[in-house]
Amino acid sequence: MLEESREELMRFMLLFSRQGKLRLQKWYLATSDKERKKMVRELMQVVLARKPKMCSFLEWRDLKVVYKRYASLYFCCAIEGQDNELITLELIHRYVELLDKYFGSVCELDIIFNFEKAYFILDEFLMGGDVQDTSKKSVLKAIEQADLLQEEDESPRSVLEEMGLA
Amino acid sequence: MGTQCTGTGSWPNCSTSTCWATPPTLDSDLSQGIQPVQGLALCTLSTMGSAEMCRDLAPEVEKLLLQPSPYVRKKAILTAVHMIRKVPELSSVFLPPCVHLLHERHHGKAVGLPILCFSSVDRRIENRMGTPAHRRRVAHTHRHTRNRLSCPWPPPFTSPTLTPGILLGTITLITELCERSPAALKHFRKVVPQLVQILRTLVTTGYSTEHSISGVSDPFLQVQILRLLRILGRNHEESSETMNDLLAQVATNTDTSRNAGNAVLFETVLTIMDIHSAAGLRVLAVNILGRFLLNSDRNIRYVALTSLLRLVQSDHSAVQRHRPTVVDCLQETDASLSRRALELSLALVNSSNVRAMMQELQAFLESCPPDLRADCASGILLAAERFAPTKRWHIDTILHVLTTAGTHVRDDAVANLTQLIGGAQELHAYSVRRLYNALAEDISQQPLVQVAAWCIGEYGDLLLEGNCEEIEPLQVDEEEVLALLEKVLQSHMSLPATRGYALTALMKLSTRLQGDNNRIRQVVSIYRSCLDVELQQRAVEYDTLFRKYDHMRAAILEKMPLVERDGPQADEEAKQSKEAAQLSEAAPAPTESQASQLLDLLDLLDRASGDAQHPPPLDPSPGGALVYLLDLPCAPPPPAPIPDLKVFEREGVQLNLSFIRPPENPALLLITITATNSSEGDVTNFICQAAVPKSLQLQLQAPSGNTVPARGGLPITQLFRILNPNKAPLRLKLRLTYNHFHQSVQEIFEVNNLPVESWQ
Repeated sequence: MLEESREELMRFMLLFSRQGKLRLQKWYLATSDKERKKMVRELMQVVLARKPKMCSFLEWRDLKVVYKRYASLYFCCAIEGQDNELITLELIHRYVELLDKYFGSVCELDIIFNFEKAYFILDEFLMGGDVQDTSKKSVLKAIEQADLLQEEDESPRSVLEEMGLA
Repeated sequence: MGTQCTGTGSWPNCSTSTCWATPPTLDSDLSQGIQPVQGLALCTLSTMGSAEMCRDLAPEVEKLLLQPSPYVRKKAILTAVHMIRKVPELSSVFLPPCVHLLHERHHGKAVGLPILCFSSVDRRIENRMGTPAHRRRVAHTHRHTRNRLSCPWPPPFTSPTLTPGILLGTITLITELCERSPAALKHFRKVVPQLVQILRTLVTTGYSTEHSISGVSDPFLQVQILRLLRILGRNHEESSETMNDLLAQVATNTDTSRNAGNAVLFETVLTIMDIHSAAGLRVLAVNILGRFLLNSDRNIRYVALTSLLRLVQSDHSAVQRHRPTVVDCLQETDASLSRRALELSLALVNSSNVRAMMQELQAFLESCPPDLRADCASGILLAAERFAPTKRWHIDTILHVLTTAGTHVRDDAVANLTQLIGGAQELHAYSVRRLYNALAEDISQQPLVQVAAWCIGEYGDLLLEGNCEEIEPLQVDEEEVLALLEKVLQSHMSLPATRGYALTALMKLSTRLQGDNNRIRQVVSIYRSCLDVELQQRAVEYDTLFRKYDHMRAAILEKMPLVERDGPQADEEAKQSKEAAQLSEAAPAPTESQASQLLDLLDLLDRASGDAQHPPPLDPSPGGALVYLLDLPCAPPPPAPIPDLKVFEREGVQLNLSFIRPPENPALLLITITATNSSEGDVTNFICQAAVPKSLQLQLQAPSGNTVPARGGLPITQLFRILNPNKAPLRLKLRLTYNHFHQSVQEIFEVNNLPVESWQ
């Protein structure tokens, strides 16, 4: 087993508003609920206390946190390992672009009311913390297809039918 | 089932019971051939897959890796990455497909496959035996896809050689494999030329616009390839050499106007730093970082400072060239940046630039934010110690630090400075004058006051002489000096230790000054009834000196000899205290340097152990006499087991110590503490801390738990390792905190009756 420090693994990604309301959380490393709540609370405090002119990187516990503020939302990624914060910034930006393309001029309300779509988009873009596809088009295409699939499903069915028993 | 997968996909918590229920569904989802469902199943697996799930589903994922559709394949690859992270043994499973994937990229088979996939899926759908509802749903999906014959799910990439999503995933998978398994690392070193080629193509001929970000082709892919190259080239000459040209090319050709380009450039620099690169390349890397420092973007300056800090040890001269820029960064308003700049500046100080750097750092100290002051002050003092060109410069520097940031310096700064001044005989007059001036201006900075008081006490005669070449002549009156010291004594800003210094200084002046000592005697007798015990004791002693032992006063209060740094303080203590011990009934007074009176756990033990003047007599080893008599060659007898010791008992909670002295290491003592509970209530949050005298080393290992259930439940055990090479007497102080019967209990006690065999 190699002993060198792990290369980049994204631990989690958080979206929260300026008032400290969590809008999205995606965890790429299994942690207990209690631990998560604690981490979210602490991290939010630290990030919200930063002044606007400060740089986007900070060190928190043993992780590096890359955050960027878009309008009223803070996008926060915690990465470990010794490297490239700049590409994580690009990653955050790419995610925001995807949301923007999908929702059309995305704002916080879109994410609040369509949070499951936000999660879908994130899951199409990142898997296990790694970028799946670097082309915006193909990610958006995949989401479109998934949407179509869901729409067809909209016809009401009884519970038994759902379970495949009728 | 698709929606079920979606549901679980957003509960990324492995410990819920859903996890146990999902593998069978996941299994069928993975194998049924409908891509969106497979995609979702893979997503679920990679987010919440526990180790068991990964092991069970590895074969399925492996099959999907070689499946024609790029959509599923790229997800399968990244799921494999997660699986390897969870279960490293699966590396062997995923290594062969990896090789295949990488090779495939260059034969352009990617294009035809999606069409194949489409038709085979079609057939599978017709044969499917599912519920009508399910089939209806599935047929809907394929109605849409069937209509888009030219565009199966999702549209294939038309590039003949590279399918980026899969390439990116493959590189990530290979990176993970190489990190986990040395065999994989060795294997993949062979593909370094291939990777170099891929990256070169990316950089030079560019890519489709949909993958580029602000003019840089596919920065995510570039960064990933560079990362892999870093791992492959680390500690391997040959691979590193193959990469050199490419790295130089990337470093020079990347457009740096936007963040994406800088991200790639940064990754290149990191790679260059880590592999065996040519010297010219390393200098190039440092220069790139230097350029980053001048960038207007704060984030880029931050990464530059962090990386330069890592490089400063290995490429010191290259980083030195950027010293002016680094020093400029000290002026940053962002605290995290200025902290980094401070660390880097301190690391860059060397004997040739020390004066200039110190000037800058001292200017910084005056204006820096409070949380950086302590670090800056101690950094300056350390650097001054290492590189001081002259003693006078050194004293000046320390003085300046004390006046600017006196409250933030470390405790031993006082000791160091007195040591330094004491050793520089030619500078006594100079130091005492400067310190007197500083003291006269401001008596609030405690370390400064302490040093000044000490100095005035020691060299008061020089102060009054009036002439010193290095400073303007200063006429100081005896009365002024005494008044100043009295002011220090009376000031509410002075700490008890500081007052101790001042009182002793006054005493010393009684022999240094010409005038009569009435004023001093008065002050000393006032403090005989001081509330502070320490001061009172000193005052009483000094008063006794005046009254009964006046003939000895001069001898006792003469100038102190130079103290050995780091040596035992014992001899100077002995000099002062031996006489005092004969004079008064009280215990000997501690020396100047022992300023703090904190009754710490350790302090208590240390002071007390200092009393033990002679080593205890050694007992003869137990079986020794017998061996001698019998005169037979035999192995040394095993040491007799040391009896256990019960050290604590309270309301049914008991603590026992058991001792082991391993024969192969005579200095080592292993103590196991066992906490048992015979009461009716549980003991929770049990924490045990220990302290030993300073001459021993203690290491606590993690306890077996922190709860002892009631009525004889499983006890907690914890192991202490104590190293005692000098066979000093063992003393052990324990601090227990726990919750019992809904009350929190804290106990601090010293262990008595430690068996002699535990330390001899």
